[in-house]
Amino acid sequence: MISGTVIIATEICKGCELCIASCPQESLGLSTSINRKGYRYATLLRNNCTGCVNCALVCPDSAITVYREIKSTKRQSQSAQPTVATQTA
Amino acid sequence: MSTTMNGTMEIVYEKPKTLTDNPTHYCPGCGHGVIHRVLMEVINEMGIAEQTVGVAPVGCSVFAYNYMNIDMQEAAHGRASAVATGVRRVLPDKFVFSYQGDGDLAAIGTGETIHTINRGENILMVFVNNGIYGMTGGQMAPTSLCGMITSTTPYGRDEHFIGHPLKITEMIAQLPGAYYVARHSVHTPAAVRKLKKAFKASFESQKEKKGTCFIEVVSNCPSGWKMNPLEANEWMEKNMFPYFPPGDIKLPATMK
Ligand SMILES: Cc1ncc(C[n+]2csc(CCOP(=O)(O)OP(=O)(O)O)c2C)c(N)n1
Ligand code: SF4
Ligand code: SF4
Ligand code: SF4
Ligand SMILES: [Mg+2]
Repeated sequence: MISGTVIIATEICKGCELCIASCPQESLGLSTSINRKGYRYATLLRNNCTGCVNCALVCPDSAITVYREIKSTKRQSQSAQPTVATQTA
Repeated sequence: MSTTMNGTMEIVYEKPKTLTDNPTHYCPGCGHGVIHRVLMEVINEMGIAEQTVGVAPVGCSVFAYNYMNIDMQEAAHGRASAVATGVRRVLPDKFVFSYQGDGDLAAIGTGETIHTINRGENILMVFVNNGIYGMTGGQMAPTSLCGMITSTTPYGRDEHFIGHPLKITEMIAQLPGAYYVARHSVHTPAAVRKLKKAFKASFESQKEKKGTCFIEVVSNCPSGWKMNPLEANEWMEKNMFPYFPPGDIKLPATMK
């Protein structure tokens, strides 16, 4: 399966949960802590993101940047593995 | 921003540079933010940011010019399409759009809306229908549904007393000046992709000076509807879509 990840601008997020509901992988959830605006923000809970961009498409605050693994043929070094840490809530 | 991450990841989606970094004042989950982004993505991808002028309304999206990183003009309540007409007449080679809510476009601005389209002004009109006056505290809009509770219809909209919800999009589609008329939404990734295509087709048609493109976006107002964003989108699908069904209303032969 293709692997991907998301970076969420936690200070921009308003915790609307629309991204969470749109994720086919159920990768996203709300943080337990709050941001400066007082919202629980969206965060990656699991490392199973495929980089499908669904969450970013429905985010009203454009808070999500999506990354996807470069196909091995495009990769310069085959040995380099995607090592993206899951953000902790 | 770098386009790779740890050498093995590449960016497949990021905020377009046609949106400013200003945080929006919109309520959590409000469709205005998505609609702004989709519009700005199209302008960014078509490479027309320097050639586009937008006109903002009065309503919750009154500050659209703070978020859209292109030339923008604010209009008086309801008059966005009239101002866009002026911009179009003075700058015939630019891309021009207006952006309005249902109170703005279909109540106080009904006259301007009809006559702009009747003249076939070569602009894109974006009509955000959330069935309520969001900005002023959730009063009934022309598009509020029968039975819908708003701050001015606390017992629900009574169509025998106040009339039926106005299908202004179907009405204006009858005008010869209307070139392309469609209704969309932004509540799912698939819907967002469809709206993007519609905006793109509209700007493409401006090059050919075809007439008015009118895109309604059925949207939510979680605060005015007194629901959380997920409930609001569900309510919208269940209650708004039967009366305001998404789809093409007037599709020119060239787009079929
Ligand atoms: C001439 C004038 N009349 C009334 C108002 C008050 N007013 C401000 S926004 C608005 C309606 C907004 O509703 P809509 O266009 O649906 O936008 P939304 O906030 O729902 O996006 C009204 C009546 C005004 N600003 N100016
Ligand atoms: S990119 Fe797709 S899989 Fe990854 S978090 Fe977003 S919706 Fe889920
Ligand atoms: S859709 Fe955007 S604003 Fe809403 S919770 Fe997700 S990241 Fe935050
Ligand atoms: S009042 Fe309604 S339309 Fe206005 S920003 Fe809030 S949710 Fe959006
Ligand atoms: Mg409205």
